[in-house]
Amino acid sequence: MEPLNALVAFSNFVVIPATAYGAQLALGALGVTLIYGILRFSNFAHGDTMAFGAMGTILATWALQAAGVSLGPLPTALLALPVGIAACAVLLLLTDKLVYKFYRARKVSPVLLVIVSMGVMFVYNGLVRFVIGVDDQNFDDGARYLIGAIQFRQMTGLDEGLAIRTSQAITVVTAVVTVAILFWFLNHTRTGKSMRAFSDNEDLALLSGISPDRVVRVTWLIVAALATIAGVLYGLDKSFKPFTYFQLLLPVFAAAIVGGLGSPIGAIAGGFVIAFSEVTLTYAFKKVANYLLPESLEIDGLAQLLATDYKFAVSFAILVIVLLFRPTGLFRGKSA
Amino acid sequence: MSEPVLIGSGMTGGYGAADILHDCTIAVEKGRISVIVGPNGAGKSTAMKAVFGMLPLRQGAVRLDGHDITGLSPQDRVAQGMAFVPQTRNIFPSMTVEENLEMGAFLRRDDIAGTMEEVYHLFPILAEKRHQPTGELSGGQRQQVAVGRALMTRPRILMLDEPTAGVSPIVMDELFDRIIEVARTGISILMVEQNARQALEIADTGYVLVQGRNAYTGSGAELLADPEVRRSFLGG
Amino acid sequence: MNPSLRTPLLFLAVAALIVLVGVLQSWNVALGILNMGLVSAIMALGVNMQWGYAGLFNVGVMGFVALGGLAAVIVSMPPVDAAWAAGGARVMAAMAVGAATIAGAIFLWKRLGRRSGRGLIVAAVLAIGFVVYRWLLGPAVDAIESVDPAATGYLGGLGLPIVLAWPIGGVLAAGAAWIVGKTALGLRSDYLAIATLGIAEIIIAVLKNEDWLSRGVKNVIGLPRPVPYEVDLQNSEAFVTRMSDWGFDPVTASTITVKLAYAGLFVLVLIVLLWLAQAALASPWGRMMRAIRDNETAAEAMGKDVTRRHLQVFILGSALCGLAGAMMTTLDGQLVPTTYQPLRFTFLIWVMVIVGGSGNNFGAVLGGILIWFLWVEVEPLGRWVMDNVTANLDDGILKQRLIDSAAHMRLLTMGVLMLVVLRFAPRGLIPER
Repeated sequence: MEPLNALVAFSNFVVIPATAYGAQLALGALGVTLIYGILRFSNFAHGDTMAFGAMGTILATWALQAAGVSLGPLPTALLALPVGIAACAVLLLLTDKLVYKFYRARKVSPVLLVIVSMGVMFVYNGLVRFVIGVDDQNFDDGARYLIGAIQFRQMTGLDEGLAIRTSQAITVVTAVVTVAILFWFLNHTRTGKSMRAFSDNEDLALLSGISPDRVVRVTWLIVAALATIAGVLYGLDKSFKPFTYFQLLLPVFAAAIVGGLGSPIGAIAGGFVIAFSEVTLTYAFKKVANYLLPESLEIDGLAQLLATDYKFAVSFAILVIVLLFRPTGLFRGKSA
Repeated sequence: MSEPVLIGSGMTGGYGAADILHDCTIAVEKGRISVIVGPNGAGKSTAMKAVFGMLPLRQGAVRLDGHDITGLSPQDRVAQGMAFVPQTRNIFPSMTVEENLEMGAFLRRDDIAGTMEEVYHLFPILAEKRHQPTGELSGGQRQQVAVGRALMTRPRILMLDEPTAGVSPIVMDELFDRIIEVARTGISILMVEQNARQALEIADTGYVLVQGRNAYTGSGAELLADPEVRRSFLGG
Repeated sequence: MNPSLRTPLLFLAVAALIVLVGVLQSWNVALGILNMGLVSAIMALGVNMQWGYAGLFNVGVMGFVALGGLAAVIVSMPPVDAAWAAGGARVMAAMAVGAATIAGAIFLWKRLGRRSGRGLIVAAVLAIGFVVYRWLLGPAVDAIESVDPAATGYLGGLGLPIVLAWPIGGVLAAGAAWIVGKTALGLRSDYLAIATLGIAEIIIAVLKNEDWLSRGVKNVIGLPRPVPYEVDLQNSEAFVTRMSDWGFDPVTASTITVKLAYAGLFVLVLIVLLWLAQAALASPWGRMMRAIRDNETAAEAMGKDVTRRHLQVFILGSALCGLAGAMMTTLDGQLVPTTYQPLRFTFLIWVMVIVGGSGNNFGAVLGGILIWFLWVEVEPLGRWVMDNVTANLDDGILKQRLIDSAAHMRLLTMGVLMLVVLRFAPRGLIPER
């Protein structure tokens, strides 16, 4: 039974949380990588875009709750998601019109666009704080657990419990559906293909009659959806706090770069690489180890490689390793 | 002689203050092949870009079927039946052969399956590799994709900027054969070539440019026979 | 406007703003803004070297500033002898093992060449080194942190005058910059940005977690000062008499005197640095830097070692940030790791450089002081605006919400200001010549 218990503990504390977190990072990184591929800059405002979309969803959730609408065991936020996406899309399109369009027409260097996106980041950050404040907002009103730890113990007779939170299950299901739709769109629709063509070779896309304005517009719409979904899933799973979204920028970028900037499939792989590394390296393996080790060898320490606060160091270390040995990322992004 | 399908006449202009083209005239007739040759830096590619609207002209005009199109953007010219194959970066490398062709036909709303079959017929190797990303193909195959993509708009005029740059001599001969085949279907070809001799051999009309000016103009055979042209540009 | 007049006039205008605060609010607030403005100006000078001279994109300013803060603690606080006795040697041994492991791994990696199994050998060295490091560090840290945790629980510092921490803060930051630069320079500009963003977060995580070093979130307070204490001044008869003779309230006068003393020190440092920065910019080195920035390919073709030059300027700029960080912690008299927020310590500095005029040292200094002024003053201004806006509203959630939200106006203002400057005056208030 001991190895089974170890496996259950490992799944409970590492595999399940990391899968959910990885899915959230992957969705965030997909947004970053799409913007990089089409608009050709690293968008520093992406974390705050996620926060804005999540905020829109939270406000709509509150409105639905006030109206007495509920999805039963599922969080009401899922119902409010389209509102959040729409709000985020309006914000992004407006930003593009007021800010980015000017620089695009001038064909400025990408680094200047990055600096511009810093200014946008400030504005979004201020907007979110302005509207919803800086505090934690818990908006998950669904059932807490899909499988509870006690329930699992009773079912299996094991010592170790395994809990799957509803938010984790929802994260994975939503992410899979979102990614499937995105890839279907990119690979099988005329507009999606024209986006890939634009990302591949902008000049030739123009010669083929692909309208850059349309491609850019569609890109922002998709980014709004991805960012909002990522933001809401992260908020459901953990909690909504504007500042943590800003801090997500680092792991999200690390995921996009590790996968290869501009490569959607890379962004997904990168998200899971970063998430699993973070969770594994900061998990205290004492419990798992003691299930596996003979009694005489049991350890007292936490067997934790890094303190939880060093999770940024993990993203960073993986990023550096990839940059040193394979600067184009695992999936050969477009960055030379 | 009737008016050519496409003519850029008396073109003068450049990117900055200095002109690159000086009173340069380039024309192509229906179903014929026109070739622009000349030494490096003679403005060959620039002349073609001028015809395609990628260079601001100070003087001169471009006419398509007798209509003045000097003011049209390159995109508008594509819609008018001109197709352009750039020298480099002329495919979508991460997309498959078939997707490249589809993108070529992006502006078309009708059924493109027929045109695609024609392209595959012209370049059978592409039919074999239709589901492969073009970035993985050889240099010659990529050029075929590039030409195929341009043909997907069913253009009346196909413009090629050094289509044989960087491909082996065998592939080059093959590519020229295909270009002749395209011309036989009634599509006019305007081509810039580095390999002057081979290009003039298939040319109905040849333009020798020197420093942005028309130096010699004549049929391909005439130019090949002209001792002056042979000595100066064809290496004897 | 005459460009030679423009600079002094703009500086006069900023001075007038600060004087205005002195008259309208209080001189205490005005001098507070000035002092932090001077520190910010040095940070902006550092970022301007990297971005303005060389086009390097550093968004890890916060980390370098925090290292300066750590330097202030390490240099100036008295050593905690009990903690040293409890685990000092062992911590030092752990640090030595850690450094030796990394150095050994790099050495092996280079030495082994393309031999197969290189990766495995290096990984093994790193793994063994890490285990030994943790084995040494763990108990030592526990021992140190249990020494009077409420008051100390850390190793303390060297007990030297705190002014020494300023150059040492620069050196610490330069060391970190060397590591970042070695890995990320020469790659795409966005990669350097992400790398610096990451290192900054890591430095803050170290400050928060390594209690034995910096007391972590328990903060280090009561740092020694390079200037007199207010209480001492108030107890000094000579001071009280003189101030009373001049017609000032001795208590107010003492705080003002202390702030003026800081301002004097900071102005001195700023002038020296500005002079050095100007000299560097005008030197062949500075001209080459700008040549590289304007056309990297051409400079490379002329045989310039671009990456090496970039590394130099990156280290120099980061050192300035570290120095300013040490000065700031000196001014605060405490190290509070949780106050290091990237928006405030990285991105705000960028607003300063962009608004001031990237590539121009005077612009950076002006931007530093001006933006700090706005950062402080936008909040009361915002509250005043909101009070007026909401004056006619009934008391209720909306009114409270609007008034509360005034606190967040500063981020919005900074973002809008930055975007407006980038769009309509991309060369900033004092453009590069």
